[in-house]
Order: sequence, then C-alpha cells, then structure tokens
Amino acid sequence: MNLDPVFLARIQFAFTVSFHILFPAFTIGLASWLAVLEGLWLKTKKTIYKDLYHMWVKIFALTFGMGVVTGVVLSYQFGTNWSGFSDKIGNVLGPLLGFEVLTAFFLEASFLGIMLFGWGRVSRKMHFTATLIVAVGTVISAFWILSANSWMQTPAGFEVREGNILFPVNWWAIIFNPSFPYRFFHMVIAAYLTTAFAVGGVASWYLLKKKHVPYAKIMLSMTMLMAVFIAPLQVVLGDLHGLNTLKYQPAKVAAMEGAWETEKGAPFRLFGWPDSQKEQTLYSLEIPKLASLILTHSWDGEVKGLKAWPKEERPPVAMVFWSFRVMVGMGSLMVLTGLIAIFLFMRKRLFDSRWFQRWCIALTPSGFIAVLAGWFVTEIGRQPYVAYGLIRTSEASSPVLGQHIFASLVAFVIVYSVIFSAGLYYICRLVRRGPVSLKDEEIIYSGHVLQKPVLLVPTPEESH
Amino acid sequence: MFTFETYLNLPLIWGGLIATAIFLYVLLDGFDLGVGVLFPFSPTETCRNKIMNSIAPFWDGNETWLVLGGGGLFAAFPLAYSILMPAFYIPIMVMLLGLIFRGVAFEFRFKANDKGRKLWDYAFHFGSLISAFCQGVMLGAFVQGISVNGRVFSGGGFDWLTPFSLMTGVALVFGYALLGATWLIMKTEDHTQKWARRCALYVAVYVIGFMGLVCLWVPFINQQICHRWFSMPNLLYLSPIPLLTIWVTSNLFKSLIKKDETKPFFLSITLFALGYAGLAVSLWPWVVPYQISLQQAAAAPESQSLLLVGVVLFLPCVLGYTAYCYYVFRGKSQDVPWY
Repeated sequence: MNLDPVFLARIQFAFTVSFHILFPAFTIGLASWLAVLEGLWLKTKKTIYKDLYHMWVKIFALTFGMGVVTGVVLSYQFGTNWSGFSDKIGNVLGPLLGFEVLTAFFLEASFLGIMLFGWGRVSRKMHFTATLIVAVGTVISAFWILSANSWMQTPAGFEVREGNILFPVNWWAIIFNPSFPYRFFHMVIAAYLTTAFAVGGVASWYLLKKKHVPYAKIMLSMTMLMAVFIAPLQVVLGDLHGLNTLKYQPAKVAAMEGAWETEKGAPFRLFGWPDSQKEQTLYSLEIPKLASLILTHSWDGEVKGLKAWPKEERPPVAMVFWSFRVMVGMGSLMVLTGLIAIFLFMRKRLFDSRWFQRWCIALTPSGFIAVLAGWFVTEIGRQPYVAYGLIRTSEASSPVLGQHIFASLVAFVIVYSVIFSAGLYYICRLVRRGPVSLKDEEIIYSGHVLQKPVLLVPTPEESH
Repeated sequence: MFTFETYLNLPLIWGGLIATAIFLYVLLDGFDLGVGVLFPFSPTETCRNKIMNSIAPFWDGNETWLVLGGGGLFAAFPLAYSILMPAFYIPIMVMLLGLIFRGVAFEFRFKANDKGRKLWDYAFHFGSLISAFCQGVMLGAFVQGISVNGRVFSGGGFDWLTPFSLMTGVALVFGYALLGATWLIMKTEDHTQKWARRCALYVAVYVIGFMGLVCLWVPFINQQICHRWFSMPNLLYLSPIPLLTIWVTSNLFKSLIKKDETKPFFLSITLFALGYAGLAVSLWPWVVPYQISLQQAAAAPESQSLLLVGVVLFLPCVLGYTAYCYYVFRGKSQDVPWY
C-alpha cells in the first residue's frame, strides 16, 4: 500500500477539523441563546426561562467540552501535519491565533466554570455576566479563527522575503482581509441557525409527544423567529460572500457552478455530475441564464469556466459542486420553514400541526449539515493551495512518515467515534428528560457543586 | 509598521513569556493531571466525587495554557514550532488522545449511570496518566536534542524514544501526582485528605529519587550542560538552585508530617519551579536544543511586537479572572448527591 503523507495529512486534518466545527457551530449559538434565556429570567422572573436555561446549559457543557478537546488537537496539528506551512506563514498567522487564545479561549474557559458550577456561589447578576462573557467569548474566538482562515483564502498585507518566508506589512490588511467580513458574518449566522433548528427540533418532538408543552412553545417560537428573520438574511449574506469569492477565487466559483466553458448568460445547474476527465458536467438539469444573474446580477454576465485554468490549478470539482448544493438546499429548507411558520401562525396552528412538527424534527441536523457542506465548499475549493495562490498544499506538509500519519488517523477516527456516540447518547438522555422545574436550593449542576450554595436567598415572588 | 525591535530584545522577552506559559501549564494542568493519576486509588466513591468536584471548574482554564504554549510558540518562534511538532509527532498525538479522554470524562461521568461512570473514571485516569507520561517523554527527548537540517526536522519518527526519555516520562507522572496529592490535601478534608496525605508522602519519595537521577544523568547527555554546571565560577553562582531544592524538600516532608493544609501544595510548586529553573539554565539559549537559538527561531519583529501588545493588554486580565475563579471556588470540595 502506498501511503502518500500529503494525502493522509489532508484526510487527517479534514477529519479532525470537520469533526471539531460541529461543536462550535452549536455552542456559539447556544451560548448566546442561554444568555437570552437567563436575561429573560432575570427581567421577567418567570421560572420557565430558568428551567430551560438549566436544561440547555447541561447540553452546552457536554458540547463545549467536546469542542475544547477536539480544538486543542487542531492547535498542534498545524505543526504536526503542516510544518512547511507553519514555518512560512507563522509571522503572519501566528499572532492571530495568539490573540484568539489571549482574548477568547481563557475568557470562555474561566467563565464557563462559573457558568456551570457557580449557581448559588456568585450573585445572579454575576452569573448572568459569566454567561454573557462566555457568549461574547465564543464570538471573539470565531472572529480570530475566521480571520486566519479567510487570510488563507484571500491573503493580503504581507510580502515574501528571504527564502519564501512571509513577512507582515500591514496588520489591518491581514486581519480584515478581503473575504473575512463575509465569512465571519456568514459563519456566525450559520451557527445561530444551527442552534435554532436543533432547539426547534427538540421543541417539536416535545409537542408531538405532548410533553413539556409550555417549554416547547417558547423554544419553537424562538426558533421560528430565527427562521423567519435570520434565515433570509443568511441567503443575502451567502450571496454577497459568493460575489466576493467570484472576485478573488473565481476557480472556486466555477467549480461550485460545475462550469467548464466560459460563457455569457451561463445557466445554473440544479443537478449534474461534474466529470474532471471529460471536462464537462454530465446529466445536468439547467435553468438558463440563472448563474449569470446570481453571480453578475445581469442576465448576460460572463461566468468564467474551469477550462480557463490549467488542470493543475483547478480544485476537485465534484466535491465542491455537490457540497455547495447541499448547503444551498439546507438553507432553502430553512427559509421555507420560516414561510410555513408565518402561514401557520396566521391560522393559529403553529403549535398543533403534527406534520409541521415532524418537518421540524427532520430538520434538527440541518444546520450541522449546512455548516459542514459550506466548509467543504470553501476549503476544497481553495485547493490545490493551502494559502491561495501562494503555497501549495503539497509544499506545506511535515517530514513525517505516511505510516505514522495513517496510524494516528485511524486512532482519531476510533476515538472521535467513541466520544461522539457517547456525547450524543448523553445529550439525547438530557433531551428525553427535558426541563425540570426546580427550586433554587435544588439546582445542583448534576452534582457539580463544591460546597453548599451560600448565596441562595429566595426572592418573595418565588418563595411560595 | 510598528516594531519594538530597537528598544527591546524581543526574542529574549518572548523566550521568557513562552517559558512562563509552559511553566504555568505544568503547574496548573500538572495538579489536575496528577489528580487523574491518583484517582482510581482513592478509597471510596464519595472520595472520587469530591476529587472530581475539586478540579471540575478549573480543568478547562488549565488546559488553555497548553494552547497558549503551542499557539505562542507558533506565533513567536514559528521555526521552532515547525521543527518540534514533527519531531514529537507520535508523543503529541498520543498526548492529545489522552487529553481528549480525560477532558470529556469530566462532563460524561456527571451524566452517566453507575456502570457508565466506571468507564469514564477509567477514561479519566488513563487519559491523565498517558498525557502526563507523554509530556515527560517529550521533555526528555527535548533535553537530548533534535536533529535538524536547514529549517526542517531531519530525524526519524522514533528519535524521541530513549531510556532517558522513558525515565523522564515516569518522573513527570510522579511529579504531577505530587502536585495532585498536595492539591487534594488543600481541597479536601476527613479521610479523603488523610488518603491524599499518605499519597503525597509516598509519591514525594519517588519525586526526590527521580530528581536525583535526572541531575546525575543530564550532565552526561550533553557537554554544554556539564560544562555550564560544573565549571568555575558557575558552580558557585548556580549552587543556590540545588541547595534550595534540598531545603524545600526537607520542608515538604516536615510539612506533610505536621499535617499542614495548604503549605505542601505551595512547597511542591516551589520544587517544580526549582527544577524548571535548573532546566532553563541547562538549555539556555536554545529553543530547539543544541541546534537553533531563540534569536534564530524568532518570528519577524513586527509579529512579536504585535502579539506583545496583546500580552501586555490581556495577560493581566487573564491572570486576574483566573484568580477570581479560584477565589469563587475556594474552600473544601464537597460530595453532593445526584438528582
């Protein structure tokens, strides 16, 4: 068996990073939502928000824990798998990752402790502050890592000196590189939608089973607010992001479209099979002129085809083409859900249409699928480069034997499968148990308490 | 572009910062990895719950120092990062897998039923043990030196595997266990504390043994180290380190026997600090031992300057709220029934 180290390093990194992104995609949204719930509780004093908070904070803790341990892996894999890359671009990207640790990781990790275990040990305001800080921390973290990733897509603000090493010239240009604002907002909104649809799925399941109905109504209403207002916003952001990609990485867009020939009034291919050998997209179902309209905002705009680039400059087409359709498909279903919700709400049937509950249950993983598919589009579409136009992936790898990478890849697959199944199992158990109404004295984070809570003085409204 | 190159010795400052970050990691994650090492030997289930509760709010923050160490090395000395990571490929991967198991065990064991909890208890123990061992192995391999050709690691995938590195691996497991045991003396009471005190006494004997062994062995590994310690006048200037170590050790034993609550933990920390200082003296000025110095591996001054601004602004905040967290969760750890 021929073990190509570069290929294996790519598979390994793709596996660990894809696996990791599932957790932040969920926790970014969940942290913000928990902050909203706790804020509502403090404002309205309705215990229903507090109960929901306590149910979901446990799920948050599980997901966050898995996000942390899979994230630590990545911070070392830049070196273990891509030492050629680390050596060349360390000057430029290193500080960005350093800032992520200093401004986000410590913040999240420290206040997470208070958020999970501090109930009753700190005042309510302080606890709410901790939740808010964790929520803000997740977004700051997204800021830095997406800045670094975007720089790899659209490098800026540097110069190449002595022996192919990159040197920073303008930090502002590096951090706010051309694709960063689009990618940042697109991803943060994606995370919010992912959480919303996961929560909506749980709520619908409760409604379908006629369990925890008051809680489910709150959760479903909040999900549908997101589906109605935020899902369409995501479509607009996605379109802007696509235009930005067309400007800076046209080969990626050509792969997304499955377009081989450069043409005016290019059709949009709904489906098809891009064949890299024959250099055409087979069996395609096309809507005339739509690609030109989407990409150039004109019916007769010119869209560059893949043949405009030599073969060794093209990304793998089929993966990009299909992932893009999966992402857009999920996004469309989300927007459609919002429209259905408006329709049902008008008819006062939002909470008792059983088919709609089943629909929402089916869409529980939609956000996760869309996030993964979106990252496949942007990362595979960047190939054959690791830093677009600058460093080829094949030049970036480490001097490590294929066998060793293969062995560690197998280990990662096994370990991640085990912890993912276990995590999912425990999350499902928490979901099945549902929100429980507890008095403050009883809120013990599953035994996560170090000492008898000291600050629990029930407010008059609650002590009945 | 701003740079402090003309006013400050940036590689030196960054060398100090990375060394500090790694030292803080060793102390902070050291005690919670050490707790994991001792975990299955504790007498009862109640003990284990208390033990777990004593570190649950902190482990995530502690592990972040590892990310700062790795990320900081990448940012400040990218050349060193890109040589050391492939050199330690296997121990790093194994360490990461160990850290995954122990990390998720915190969350999973609190949610599991009795049978599942047993499983995660083992995941926690073996994850901690393996991570600690791998870190010790890497430390040993680091001291022995790395093969480099130009800007690239040129050795084999198993260069790190030597009798010396295996010894340092075991040594660090005991070292962390000492930190863990003394932490538990501070954070628990009654028979958990009694057990922890017995562990600490037992483990401390091994730690002293291993420290002695390292002191005897290291001078033979490298000429430079031997010369640095045993030539005049260095021998005099450096003599406080071994003398203080002896003094701290005797105090540690006294304090354990006197049944002090917090003193053993801080004495263990001091012991680690002295060992670390000895290491720093031996390895100066290398960031990839005997091949690449701090100056040679330094990132562009602009990069080091920018991140230095970040450190000056944010590190005090980090230390501040970390201290706040330890303050919030002060006092003895309790066992609380599940609901």
